[in-house]
Amino acid sequence: MLTTESLAKIDREVAKYPAAQKQSAVMGALRIAQQEKSWLSTDLIEFVANYLDIPPIAAYEVATFYNMYDLKPVGKFKITVCTNLPCALGGGVAAADYLKEKLNIGFGETTADGKFTLVEGECMGACGDAPVLLVNNHSMCSFMSKEAIDAKLAELDKLGN
Amino acid sequence: MLEIEINGQQLTVETGSTVMDAANQAGVYIPHFCYHKKLSIAANCRMCLVEVEKAPKPLPACATPVTDGMKVKTHSELAAKAQKGVMEFLLINHPLDCPICDQGGECQLQDLAVGYGGSSSRYEEEKRVVANKDLGPLISTDMTRCIHCTRCVRFGDEIAGRMELGMANRGEHSEIMPFISKTVDSELSGNMIDLCPVGALTSKPFRYSARTWELSRRKSVSPHDGLGSNLIVQVKHNKVYRVLPNENEAINECWIADRDRFSYEALNSEARLTKPMIKNGGIWKEVSWTQVLEYVAHGLLDIRKNSGASEIAGLISPHSTTEEIFLFQKLLRAFGTNNIDSRIKQSDFSADSAYQGIPWLGQSIAEFSSLNSMLLVGSNLRKEIPLLASRVRYAVKHGASVATITAKDTQQYIKFKGKALVSPANFANTLLAVLHAVAQSAGKPLPASFDTKVEVTALHQEIAKTLLSGEKQVILLGAEAQYHPQFATLLAIANAIAELSGAIVSVPALAANSVGAWAVGAVPTDAGDNAVQMFAKPKQAYVLFNVEPELDTYNPAQAVAALSSAKMVVVCSAFKSAAAEQYADVMLPITPFSETAGSYVNTEGKLQPFNGVVKPQGDARPAWKVLRVLADVLELPGFAYDSAEEVRADALDAEKILSRLNNRLGDGFAVNGLSAVDSIVRHAEVPLYNADPIVRRAPALQATKDVAVPVAVVNPALAERMGLSAGAKVQVKQANATSSFELVIDSLVADNTVSIPAGHPATSMLGGYFDHVSLERV
Amino acid sequence: MAVFEKGVIFEGVDTADSSCWSLAAYQARGGYTALKKLIEAQTPQDEVIAEIKNSSLRGRGGAGFPTGLKWSFMPRSFPGDKYIVCNSDEGEPGTFKDRDIMWFNPHALIEGMIIAAYAMGVKRGYNYIHGEIFEVYERFETALDEARAAGLLGERILGSDFSFDLFAHHGYGAYICGEETALLESLEGKKGQPRFKPPFPASFGLYGKPTTINNTESFASVPFIIKDGASKFLEAGKPNNGGTKLFSISGHVNRPGNYEIPLGTPFATLLEMAGGMKDGKKLKAVIPGGSSAPILPGDVMMDLTMDYDAISKAGSMLGSGAVIVMNEDVCMVKALERLAYFYHEESCGQCTPCREGTGWLYRVIHRIENGLGRPDDLDLLTSVGNNMAGKTICALADAAVFPVRSFTKHFRSEFEYHIENKKCLVDHKWF
Ligand SMILES: Cc1cc2nc3c(=O)[nH]c(=O)nc-3n(C[C@H](O)[C@H](O)[C@H](O)COP(=O)(O)O)c2cc1C
Ligand code: SF4
Ligand code: FES
Repeated sequence: MLTTESLAKIDREVAKYPAAQKQSAVMGALRIAQQEKSWLSTDLIEFVANYLDIPPIAAYEVATFYNMYDLKPVGKFKITVCTNLPCALGGGVAAADYLKEKLNIGFGETTADGKFTLVEGECMGACGDAPVLLVNNHSMCSFMSKEAIDAKLAELDKLGN
Repeated sequence: MLEIEINGQQLTVETGSTVMDAANQAGVYIPHFCYHKKLSIAANCRMCLVEVEKAPKPLPACATPVTDGMKVKTHSELAAKAQKGVMEFLLINHPLDCPICDQGGECQLQDLAVGYGGSSSRYEEEKRVVANKDLGPLISTDMTRCIHCTRCVRFGDEIAGRMELGMANRGEHSEIMPFISKTVDSELSGNMIDLCPVGALTSKPFRYSARTWELSRRKSVSPHDGLGSNLIVQVKHNKVYRVLPNENEAINECWIADRDRFSYEALNSEARLTKPMIKNGGIWKEVSWTQVLEYVAHGLLDIRKNSGASEIAGLISPHSTTEEIFLFQKLLRAFGTNNIDSRIKQSDFSADSAYQGIPWLGQSIAEFSSLNSMLLVGSNLRKEIPLLASRVRYAVKHGASVATITAKDTQQYIKFKGKALVSPANFANTLLAVLHAVAQSAGKPLPASFDTKVEVTALHQEIAKTLLSGEKQVILLGAEAQYHPQFATLLAIANAIAELSGAIVSVPALAANSVGAWAVGAVPTDAGDNAVQMFAKPKQAYVLFNVEPELDTYNPAQAVAALSSAKMVVVCSAFKSAAAEQYADVMLPITPFSETAGSYVNTEGKLQPFNGVVKPQGDARPAWKVLRVLADVLELPGFAYDSAEEVRADALDAEKILSRLNNRLGDGFAVNGLSAVDSIVRHAEVPLYNADPIVRRAPALQATKDVAVPVAVVNPALAERMGLSAGAKVQVKQANATSSFELVIDSLVADNTVSIPAGHPATSMLGGYFDHVSLERV
Repeated sequence: MAVFEKGVIFEGVDTADSSCWSLAAYQARGGYTALKKLIEAQTPQDEVIAEIKNSSLRGRGGAGFPTGLKWSFMPRSFPGDKYIVCNSDEGEPGTFKDRDIMWFNPHALIEGMIIAAYAMGVKRGYNYIHGEIFEVYERFETALDEARAAGLLGERILGSDFSFDLFAHHGYGAYICGEETALLESLEGKKGQPRFKPPFPASFGLYGKPTTINNTESFASVPFIIKDGASKFLEAGKPNNGGTKLFSISGHVNRPGNYEIPLGTPFATLLEMAGGMKDGKKLKAVIPGGSSAPILPGDVMMDLTMDYDAISKAGSMLGSGAVIVMNEDVCMVKALERLAYFYHEESCGQCTPCREGTGWLYRVIHRIENGLGRPDDLDLLTSVGNNMAGKTICALADAAVFPVRSFTKHFRSEFEYHIENKKCLVDHKWF
C-alpha cells in the first residue's frame, strides 16, 4: 500500500519510542502515509493501524482529531490560511479573501482543475509573519501580501502542470 | 484508611478511594453518567461535581481521591449549581424525544433531568443531529442522543478486549462510531446497551416492542455456558421480551454475554415444539400427552422384552436442568439400562474409571481475575465462555502471562507469551514436551509414566517459563481438548505439569449444567455405553433429551446412521427439527429453562435454582413432570415428586458438591502412544452461536459474524503441498462421510490441519471433530 | 522572522546568518559549556535544581510555575523509566516564540533538556513540536543528529556515566495538545484529550511514568542559568520575575516579531521597540499574554510593566508572552467572535461543559455580531461562561471564557450597541 521509502520513514518513527509503545508512532505514520497518497482513505488508515498493530478505530480517532489530516481527497496544493485574530490583524482575513477571489472557491473547496484546495486554518504559531499560508501542510509562506500570493500561485500552478 | 466527612456524615474509607467510592459507601447518591465502577475513570461528563472544603472549584467525585480529613458536600449551593449547569449543557443538544425513545423509563439522563434540569431551555440555536451507525444485528443506534460519556468505548477497550467503538472527530463534532463500515462484533457487545446511560445504544431485537414499566422482572440463570450467568428476564403477557444481567460479582459481575442476552428470541420462535407428536407411516400427527406417553412406554417395554433393556440408550444434553437430568437417568436405570450419558460432544472416555471426582473449573470463577500465569490448551476461550475470557484478560492487564497450545490461532485479545500452533493430533506430544520443559526448569524428576522421549524446543521452554512465572498458575483444557480423542491423556499430562509446577488444572464446563449432570449421575455406570459407544454400537431404541445429535455429538454422521436404523427414537425437545422428523418416531414437547423450575450447577460447583419465568407454551410441559408421569406409566416406583424442589432435594446435596469436584486422575491411568503425527486431521470448533439448540434458533445471533457458512481452512503450506488454491471447492472425507466446502487459506491454522466447524447442518454429515480427514479438489 | 533584541536565549545569535542554528555556531557562542561544566565537575543533581530554583525562572508556557520547584517534584530514586518532555506545541493565538528558538537556536533547547535530564536522572526525552511548523521540526531533527554525532546525546554523554536521548514528535494540528496532559496522550499516539489530575505527570506521566514537562523557552533558558549563574539571570529581570523573556508581538504594530527583553520592561517601551502603532493609529486594546489572557484597554496597558506580577495585578495574565495589539478600527464583537470560534473549533470534546459550552458561546456572539443579538444575551454569555469555567478537566474552557468575560467587561458598550442597533459601533477594519 505504501512505498518502501515511506515504510522506512514509518519505521524510523517507530524507533523513536519504547518497543512496547508502537502506537506513539501513529501520528507520524499517518503523516507519512498522507504525504505519499495526498489524503487518508479508509484503507490507508486501516493499513497504518495494522502496520502498528493497533485497532483501526484507534487510528481513525487520531486521523479525525488532528486538523492536518485529510480524510477526503484534496487538490494538488492544499493552501491553509490562518485567519485567527492575531493573523487577521495582520492581514490574514484579507489574504484569505484575495485567495478566494483569485481561485474562485470558498473554504473547504477545490478548484475545478483539481489543483488547489483552500482551507481556513487556526493559529500556526507564526502570527508575527501574517499573513501566513501553509502549502500542503509542510511548507510555510510568510508575509503573503497580494503580490506574494500572486507569485506563489503562479509558481504552484506551474509546478502542478 | 482515611477519614472523610460527606454531608456531615463521618466515615472511614480505604486509602486510594475516590469521593464517589466514599459516597457509595455512605449511601449518598451523587449524580453521574460517565462513571462506572467496572470501567476506568474518564471524568468527562462532569455531572458528579461536588463541593470539597478548601478547593476553590467544585471537583468531580468520580476522579477526586479522598484525602485524610476531607469534607465533602454533595448538595451544597456550589455543588447543586455546578450539577445544574452540567445538566443544562447535556440537554442543549439532546433531542427531547423521550416519548419515542426506547430508553424511556430507564434513562439516567431522563431521571436526572427531572431532578437537576431546568424547566425550559435557554438554548435556542439549532440542535445537533448525528447520523446513526450500523453496529450489526444486536445494537441499534440513535446517535443524536449520545452524551459522549464514552462508557461504550471504554467497555470495548477494557472489558471486551478490543476497541471497536471510538469517539471520532473532536469538540462538538465528536461522534461515537466504529471504524468505517465495521460493526461491533464482540461476543459481549450487548453490555454496551446496558452501559449507555441514554437511548443512543439500544437493543435491536427488543426495539420498540415494549416499555420498561410494562415488563415484570424475573430472576433466572443462563442455560448456555458453564459460568451460570445470573439473568433478569423481562416478561409481558407470558412472553419473554428481554434479558438483562442480574449482577453477581462472583459469577458474571454486572455483565452477560450476547448469547445469554439475545438467545431468548428462540423461546418465542416458530421453531418451538408445542404438541406431542407421533410418526405414523412417515406422517407426523399431533396427539395428546396420554397417547404419546402410552406410545413411548409401550415401545420401550417392547424393546426391553424382546432384546433387553441394554438395547436402549439415553443421551441428555448438559444444558438440561439438574432435576430433568436426575429423573432422566433415574428412570432409565430403573428401567434397566445404564447406557446414559450427558457428555454429548466428548470422544475420549478412557479416563472414566480413573477420575477422582467430577471435572470442573479447578478454582472459583472469581479467582481467574487474579491468576498470574496460564496455559490454554485447545481453547478459544473467548467463544467458549466469554466472561471467563474477560476475567483472564483482566488478569493479563494486571500482569499475568498466558501461553497457548492451539490448532487455530484464534483472537483472544491477549498477547501470548508462548504460542504453539500445532495440529490437534499433536496436542498431546506438545503438552508432553512442555511437561519435560517444566521438569527441567523446576529441576524436578519426571513422573515415570511420562518419561518417554520427546523433543523439547525453545518454544516448549518458553511456554513452560510462562507457566512457571506466576504464583497462581492455571492450565486450562478448552473445548478442543475436552472433545479431543486424547482428552484423558491431555488431562493426565496437565495433572503431571500441575504436580511439578503448583498449577491448578482447569476443565471448565462448556454447558450450563455439565457439572450438575455428572453430579446427578448422567454418566454411564456398570459397563453402560458412553456417548460415543451408544452410536458406535447401534441400539434399538434411543431417548434423546434436548440433544440434536446431528449437530451436538462428536461424530454426527455415525450418530445419525445409528438413529436412522433404530427401532424407536424418542425425542424430548423444546424445538422442532427437520433432522429429528427424519429419525424420530415420537416427539415430546418439553419446556426450555424459561418455562420450568429447575437448577444448574455451574462450573465452579455452585447450585443455582430458578423458577420458570413464563408459563409453558402450547402443550409443552416441564420435563421433570413429563418424566415423572412417564415413570408412572412405566410403573416404576420412587417418582412421586410434587415439585422440582423435591426432585432437587433427592438429586443432590448442594453443600457437598464442592467436595466431589476434582480434576485429578488415579494412578492407574496409563499414557501411551505419543509420537508426533503428520497426517492430516480435522479441527472442529463449535462456534458459539451453534453450540446448543436455543442459540441456533435465535435470529439476531444467527445474523452476527460469528455465524457463517462453514468453509474448510488450511494453512498455506498444506495448500501448496496439496496443490489447492483459495476459493476452490474441496471434498472432505472422514471415514464414510463426505461433504464439500469452499477452501480458505489462512496461516492462522496449524499445518496438517483442516479447520471445519461443527454444530452446523452443513457439517452434520461429517465424522469426528478431530479425526483423520482427506481433502480432494472437486 | 526577525528577532530584534537579545537576552538569555538569543545573546550572540545572528539571525541573519543562515547557519546560526548549527552546532558549530552554537558552540562558538559558548554553547554546551554549561553541560560540560556539570559533567566535568560531577555536580550533584540537587545543586543543579537549586540553581534553577535560585534563578526564579518561571515556566514560559503560560502558567508561570517555578521551574526549579517543578523539577524537584520528580522522584529522584524512581527505579523505572522517567521522561522529560518539551512542550513546543505553541498554538496559543499570538504566540510564535518557540518556533524562533528552534529555528535559530535549537541547541539551546537541546542543551537545556540535557541538563534537565541530568538534574532529574532521566534517560529519554521528547520534544513535541507544533504541527504547522514542519520545517522547524525537520531542522530540529537535524540539530538532534548533530548533537548525537558529537556525543552530546545518547549513551555515555561526553564520556561520562550519564546517558540521555532526545527525540522530536511532530504534532498535526490540535491546539489542545499544548495542554501538558493532552500532549502526553498525543505522544502516546492517541487523541489529545487532557487527563484528569491528580495524578500529576510527576508521578504518572508519559506511558504512566514520572514525567516533567516544560515549555521550550523554559528549557532554553537553562544553559544560561547554569553557565552564568542564577543571580545573573535573576538580575536580568525583577524579583520573583527572573530573567529576560521573549514577547511575541502581533497585530497593529509596525514591526511585529519576537523581542527578548527583561521582565519588568514597561509595555510602552516594548511597543516602541516594535515600531509603535501601525499607520499611527490609536491603541485600543491589548491582549497581553496570548488569546486566553483577558484583554486590557490600551490606556491600562500603557501604564503596565511586562512581568507576571504587574499584568496579573491588572486583571490579566502574562501567559505565554504573546502581545496582541489592536487599534481603534477593530470591532470588539468581531474580534471576540473570532476567538470564540477558535475555542469552539479546538475544544477536544470530552468534557460536557466545554464541548457544549464553547459552541454555545460562539453562537451567541456570532448572532450578536450578525445583528441578531437579544437584550439578555450578555447575561446569557456570563451565565454560560460561569457554568463552564472551572468545571472541566483542563483549562481550555477557562481560556474560552476569559476573553468573553474581559471583552464584555471592558468593551460592554460596544456589545450593547451591537445588540440594540444590529450593527457595529466602529467602522470595523481588520487591518
Ligand atoms: C489549553 C491550553 C493550551 C496550552 N498551550 C500551551 C502551549 O502551546 N505551549 C506551552 O508551553 N504550554 C501550553 N500550555 C501550558 C501547559 O499545560 C504547561 O503548563 C506548560 O507546558 C508547562 O511548561 P512551563 O512550566 O515551562 O511553562 C497550555 C495549557 C492549556 C490549558
Ligand atoms: S453511545 Fe451511549 S455509552 Fe456511548 S458515549 Fe454515547 S451516551 Fe455514552
Ligand atoms: S461521573 Fe464524574 S465526571 Fe462523569
